[in-house]
Amino acid sequence: MIRLIDIQKSYDNGTKALKGVNIRIDDGEFVFLVGPSGSGKSTILKLITAEIAPSAGRLMVNGYNLNNIRPRQVPYMRRTLGVIFQDFRLIEKKTVKENLVFAMRAVGASPREIRKRVPYVLELVGLDQKGDQLPSEISGGEQQRVAIARALVNNPQMIIADEPTGNLDPMRSLEIMMLLERINELGTTVLVVTHERELVNRFSKRVVAIENGRIISDETGGYYNNETTI
Amino acid sequence: MKQRYDFGYFFMEGFRSIFTHGLMSFAAVCMIVCCLLIMGSFTLVAVNASHMFSDLEKENQFTAYIEETLTQDEARGLQDDIEAIPNVARAEFVTKEEAQAEFESDYEGNPLFEGLPSDVYRDRFHIYLEDISKLAETEAAVDAVTGVAWTKSAPEIAEGFTVIRNVAGAVAIILVIILLAVSLFIIANTIKLATFNRREEIAIMKMCGATNSFVRWPFVFEGLILGLFGALVAFFLEWGIYVLVGRAITTSDTINLINVLAFQPMALRVLGVFVLTGFVIGAGGSVMAIRKFLQV
Repeated sequence: MIRLIDIQKSYDNGTKALKGVNIRIDDGEFVFLVGPSGSGKSTILKLITAEIAPSAGRLMVNGYNLNNIRPRQVPYMRRTLGVIFQDFRLIEKKTVKENLVFAMRAVGASPREIRKRVPYVLELVGLDQKGDQLPSEISGGEQQRVAIARALVNNPQMIIADEPTGNLDPMRSLEIMMLLERINELGTTVLVVTHERELVNRFSKRVVAIENGRIISDETGGYYNNETTI
Repeated sequence: MKQRYDFGYFFMEGFRSIFTHGLMSFAAVCMIVCCLLIMGSFTLVAVNASHMFSDLEKENQFTAYIEETLTQDEARGLQDDIEAIPNVARAEFVTKEEAQAEFESDYEGNPLFEGLPSDVYRDRFHIYLEDISKLAETEAAVDAVTGVAWTKSAPEIAEGFTVIRNVAGAVAIILVIILLAVSLFIIANTIKLATFNRREEIAIMKMCGATNSFVRWPFVFEGLILGLFGALVAFFLEWGIYVLVGRAITTSDTINLINVLAFQPMALRVLGVFVLTGFVIGAGGSVMAIRKFLQV
C-alpha cells in the first residue's frame, strides 16, 4: 500500500514540484498516474522509490515510513517494488536470462531460487524462447517485456512503470499494457505513469491526474480527459 | 528475501568485469605498476642508503685506556670483559708501541712529537658499537670495568649520526606515505573513470534493492585482482631495473665505491610489500571510486 499525505516537494533551485499531494493506493489496485510533462509525475515516482525525500508531508510505501527511513533500510523497501523504465535500462552485455539473474543476485537470492524463478517469469512475459539472446538482438517490445520480467522476478508487492510504452508503437504498447493488467490480476499492485491518453482510456482503471504539482482528479474507471492534457 | 553474501559470485563478477572493461583495466594496472615502481625504487634507495649509513656508524668507536699498573697480557685479558658489555660489537686491543707508531705516523714531519718515550703511551682498546645512539651508557659501562683507567669518545659525532639517521628515517617514512596517498588518489580516479561507464549498472542494482555492500564487493575483488596483477608486474620490472642499475654502479669508474645490496635476499620482502600495497591501492581505489555512484 502507498500513502502520500499532503506531500510537498521543492527542489534546491526553488521549483515547487508538488504542492500538497494526497494519494492512497491499496494492495491489488491498478492505477494510472497521468499528466503533462513537468506536472510532478516523475517526482512522485522518485519519492516512492526513495531517490529523493519529501520537503513536507507523510509518505508510506509498503509498510515503510519514508519520512524517517534509515539509509540501510532503503534497499529492503525497494525490494517490495519492481520498477520499469521507458528506456528499458537493460544491461546490454548480459543476455535476457542474465539480466534477470543479475536482479535476483542483487537481492541475495540463492542459485536454487534463481533456477526456479527465472524460467517461470520468462514464460509469464512470453520470452521463454529468448533467454539466451542479448537485448540488442530482440525488438523494443520484447526488451520492455524483459524489463517487466526483471521487475517481477523478485516477486514485489508493487510494479511501478514509468512511461513503459513511451518507446513503443501502438500495437506493442497495447500488448505491454495487457501484460501489466494480467500481472495485476495475479495479485500485484500496478502503478503506471503515462501521458498516453488513448491507451489509458482503453482500460477501465483508476486514473489519477496531476497538473502543476496538484491532484486534479482521481476516478476509478475514469478517463484521461482532454481538459487535463493541456 | 534474506541478504546472502556469495563471495564466489563476487569474485567471478569482479574477474569477468576486468575483461569486459579491458581498456580501463589495462589503464588501472599501468597506474598501479607506475606507482609501485616509483615507491619501490625510492624505498630501495632508502634501504641502500640506510645500509651504507649503518656501515659508517659501525666505524665509529671510542677508546678505553688501561691502567699503567697492568701488564700487557693482563690488559689484553680485559678484552672478554669489555666485549661482554651489551652494545659492544668488538674491542680491538692496541699496545702502547702500536699507539706510538700510529701517533707518529699521524704527525709525521712535526718535530714536536718526534722521539717521545714509549712510556707516555698506554695500552688501549678501540671499542666499536652496535648502536651508536647508546654511546653514553656503553662508555660508562666500559669505564666501570676494573683495569680501565678512563675512556675517550666524540659524543658530538655520535649525536650527529643519530640525528641524521632519525631525520633520514622520518623523511623516508613521510615520503613513502605521501607516495602511497598519491597512488591511492590516482588509482581511485582511474577506477572512477572505469566505473563511470557502469553507473547505469549500479543504478539498476540499487533500484532492484541491492545493498551498498553487495554493489561494492565485485568492485573490491576487481581492485584486488588488478592490484595483485600490477604488483607482480611491478615486482619483476623493479627486479630488472635494480639489477641493471646495480651493475652500472659497480662497473662505473666514478661511483663504484657505493656498495649496492643484492636484490635476491630482499626479493621476498619486496614482493610481499608490493602485493600488500597493490591490494590496498587496488581495493581502496575501487571503494573510493564507487562511493559517489552508490548514492542512488
